[in-house]
Amino acid sequence: MLYLVFRQLIHLVLSFFVLTIFTFSLAQLFPQGISFIIEAESNNIFSGETSQNLVNQTSNFFVSYYQYISQVLSGYFGLSTVRGTSVFDEFFIYFPATLELSFAALFFATGLGLPLGIFAAKHKHKWQDKVIVSTSLAGSSIPIFWWAMLLVLLFSLFLGITPVASRIGFEYDILPITGFMLIDTLISNQDYATEAFISALHHLILPAIVLGTIPLTAITRTTRSAMIGVLSEDYIRSAKTRGISAVVVVWKYALRNAMIPIMTTLSLQISVLIAGSLLTETIFSWPGAGKWLLEAVNRRDFPVIHGGILAIASFVILSHILLDFLSMLVDPKWRHR
Amino acid sequence: MYKFSVFFLAAFGYSFVLVGCNNNQSSTVRDKILVYCSEASPQSFNPQLVTSGTTFDASSRQIYNRLIEFSPGTSRIMGSLATRWDISADGKQYIFYLRKGVQFQTTNFFQPTRHFNADDVLFSFQRQWKKNHPFHNVSSLGFPYFESMELGKLIKNIVKLDDYRVKFVLNNPDAPFLATLAMDFASILSAEYAHQLIPKNELSSLDTQPVGTGPFQLTRYQADAFIRYKAHPDYWKGKEQIDGLVFAITPDPSLRFARLIAGECDLMAKPLPIHLRAVIDYPKLVTLSEPGSNISYLAMNTTKKPFDDQKVRLAINHAINKKLLLKIIYHGNAEIAKNPIPPNMWSYNDTVSDIPFSLEKARELLDSAGYSKGFDMDLWAAPVQRTYNPNAIKMAKLIQQDLEKINIHAKIVSYEFGTFLNKVKNGEHHAALLGWIGDNGDPDNFFSSLLSCAAARSGSNASYWCDPDFDQIITQAGQKSDLKARTQLYRTAQEKFSQSSPWVPIAHSKQFIITHERVNNFHLTPTDGVYFSGVTLKPLHKTEQLSKQAEK
Repeated sequence: MLYLVFRQLIHLVLSFFVLTIFTFSLAQLFPQGISFIIEAESNNIFSGETSQNLVNQTSNFFVSYYQYISQVLSGYFGLSTVRGTSVFDEFFIYFPATLELSFAALFFATGLGLPLGIFAAKHKHKWQDKVIVSTSLAGSSIPIFWWAMLLVLLFSLFLGITPVASRIGFEYDILPITGFMLIDTLISNQDYATEAFISALHHLILPAIVLGTIPLTAITRTTRSAMIGVLSEDYIRSAKTRGISAVVVVWKYALRNAMIPIMTTLSLQISVLIAGSLLTETIFSWPGAGKWLLEAVNRRDFPVIHGGILAIASFVILSHILLDFLSMLVDPKWRHR
Repeated sequence: MYKFSVFFLAAFGYSFVLVGCNNNQSSTVRDKILVYCSEASPQSFNPQLVTSGTTFDASSRQIYNRLIEFSPGTSRIMGSLATRWDISADGKQYIFYLRKGVQFQTTNFFQPTRHFNADDVLFSFQRQWKKNHPFHNVSSLGFPYFESMELGKLIKNIVKLDDYRVKFVLNNPDAPFLATLAMDFASILSAEYAHQLIPKNELSSLDTQPVGTGPFQLTRYQADAFIRYKAHPDYWKGKEQIDGLVFAITPDPSLRFARLIAGECDLMAKPLPIHLRAVIDYPKLVTLSEPGSNISYLAMNTTKKPFDDQKVRLAINHAINKKLLLKIIYHGNAEIAKNPIPPNMWSYNDTVSDIPFSLEKARELLDSAGYSKGFDMDLWAAPVQRTYNPNAIKMAKLIQQDLEKINIHAKIVSYEFGTFLNKVKNGEHHAALLGWIGDNGDPDNFFSSLLSCAAARSGSNASYWCDPDFDQIITQAGQKSDLKARTQLYRTAQEKFSQSSPWVPIAHSKQFIITHERVNNFHLTPTDGVYFSGVTLKPLHKTEQLSKQAEK
C-alpha cells in the first residue's frame, strides 16, 4: 500500500518536472526569451511598479530554470501584461468555472453513458444495441461547436427553455467565495439565493450537454464492450442459474468487474474535458479558464498563456494520478498487495 | 450503482422540469436591473487614459460626471458639476461656479468625508497635466486625449479661487474649449480617494477601482464576463429608477443578438446589418438609429517606406474600390467618405472631389514613384466590430484583393483590440484600418486628434503625417472663435488633406442599437456614447415571452 502511494508520488514529481521544463523552454524559445516577457510586464497597463523578475536574464539555462521553478513553486506565475494582475490569482478566479462545468459534463456523461452501455450490452447485436452504437459513433464525430449552435438554436432560441449564455442570470449578484456558482448561490445571503441556484443550474444544462457529449460516447462504448466481456463469464451464468435477479446480477456482479476499463476511460476524459472546455466556454460565453486562455492568446498576454498552461497541465497531471490511484484501490488485485 | 443511476435519471429529469418553470422565477428582481450586451472589455476604468468608446461607455458615461456635459441625445452642452461659467472678454479666462452638495460614491474601498469641490477639479486636470504629479506616471497608457489635444500647452494655469470656484487661464483663446471639457477624459475624479491611496501605496487602484459622482457605481468586474453597477444612492440628480446595471461582455455579435431575443439582455450594442433585417420578426424589439459623427479610414504610416511617398499613397487611394466596400461591409448603411470629417458637421467641404477608383491611374502613379513591380506591406485590421466599421477583417481582405491588382502584396495582421491599439500607437504598422467617432461635435476634434503634429507625437495620429502648413491651419482654426473664419480654415485644411492623402477615407456609417421595448427613455447620442442615466424599465409580465411570430 505504502509502496503504491510512494510510486504515485514519484510519478507526480517526474511529470511535473517534465512539464516545467517544457513550459520554461517554451518561454525561452520566444524571440527575446523569457526576459522579454518579464520586461513587457514592467510597463503593463495598470501598474507602473516594476514587477519582480521571474528570471535573472544574465544567468545560464540551469540557473534560470532553478529561479523559474522556485518562483513557480512559491506560487508566483508572473503578472498579466494586459491587466497587471497576478496570473496565479486570476487562475483561481476562472478555473472553478471550468471545473464546475467539467463536473456537470462528467455527471451527465457517466449518468447517461453507464445505463446506455449496459443496456446495449444486454441487448447485444439486437437493434437497440445497433442504434446505441451507431449514435455514439456519430456523437463522437460531431464537431462540438456545430453541435452547440444546434442545441442553442433549438432549446434557447426556438423553444426558449434554456438560457443562451453565461453562468447565471444577470439579475443575480452573487459574491464569488468558492468560485463554484452552485455553492456560492447556496451560501449567499441574498433573498434570492434559491432562485439564483436554480438559475445557475439552468445555465449549466446546455454547456454540460455539449461538453459531455464526447465523453458520453466514449463511456457508452467502453461500458458496452466491458459488460459484454463480463456478462459472458462463467460466474455470471452461475449467478443467473442460482436464481439471483437479473438486476442484481448486472448491477452488482457484472458492473463492478467492468468498472476497471471504465475508470481508465474516465480518467482519459479529463484531458478531453479540459480541451473541450476551450470551445464550449467560448460558445456559451462561460467565464472559465479555457476562455481566459483563449483571450490571452488573442492579446499575446504571454505570462497568462504560460502560467495558464502550467496550471491547467498540473491540474490534469494531478487528477490523472489521483484517478490512477483510485482505480488501484478499486481493483482487488492491487488492493491486497 | 443501480441506485446511482436511478438518482441520476431523477436529477436529470428534475433539471428539465426546472427549465420549464424557470422563466417566471425572477421577474421581480429582473424588473429593476438593466442588462446591456456590450462588445468588449474596457481597457481601464479611468477615462483619462484611453480613447476607446467601449471604455468610456463602461467608465465616464456611467460612473463619472464632468464640469460640463452634453444634454442627452444631442451635442449641445449644458452645466453639470459646474452650474454656470464666466468667460473673459479676451477669451482666455474661464471661471466655473461649482455645484454644491455633490456626493462621491461610497464603495467598500472608499468612504467620502466631504462633498465635491474645487480640489477634485484641480486633481483631475493636474494629474494629466503636471509631469511631476504623483499620479501622472502611475499608468503607462499616458493621457492620449489630453496630450493629443495639446491641452498642456493651451492651459496656462488652473486656479482654485475658493472651494466652489475654479479659474482656467489659457495661453490663447480656444473656441472649442467648453466642448472639450464635456469630453470623457475631462471626468472629475475624487482627490480625497487619491490621497487615501498614497499611504497605502496602491496608486494604480485609482484607475481600476473607480470612485466618481455619476449615476452608477461599480460593484464588480470580471474581465471578459461582466461589469456590475448599482445606482449611486446619493446621486445629485436623485437616485436612478433602475437599481442595477449590468454590462454582459459578449464580443460575438450574433451571440449578443441571441441573448437579446432570449431576453437575457435589454439592449445590444453594435448590431450587424443582418440583425437589423431580422428585427422585423420580433415585435418586441426596437431599432434606434442615428446618423453617426464618425469616419472609417485606412491610415498609412508615412514614416515608413514606401508610404512616405505621396504618389504611393495616392495610388492606394485610386486602387481601393470604396463602392464595393460600402455595399459588402456596410450593406448600404453608410456614405462614402472623402474628407476626414462627416458630412453633417459644419465646415464640411463638399467641393473636394473623391479620388476615383481607377487601377490605371494607380499603376501609373506607382510607375512614376518607382514601384512598378509593386511591394509587400502589412495591412492591420482589428478583429472587432466598431460603429464605423462592422467588419474590419473582411474589409482588409477586400482591400487586399484590390491592392493585389496593382502588385501590392498586403499581409493582414490582426491582434485583440487593446493590443492592436497599443501597437498602432507605437507605430508598428504599415497601414491600419482605423476609425474615429467625434466626441464633441467640433471639427477640431477630428483634425487635431487625428492629423495634427501633436497627435503624431502622442500616437493617435496613426499615419504619423505631420505637415507644417496643414498643422498651422488647424491650429489657427482652433484658436479663433469666429465661426466663419474657422469654417474657411477647415475647408482649406480638407483640400490640403486630400492632396497629400495620408489616409484612404472610407466611410461614414450610421449607428444603431437594438433595444427591448421595455427599455424607456434611452437615447443614442451623435457621439456614439451609451448613457444609462434616466433610463426606466417597464415590468416584464410573467407570460410575456419574447417569441417569434408563428404566423409569419
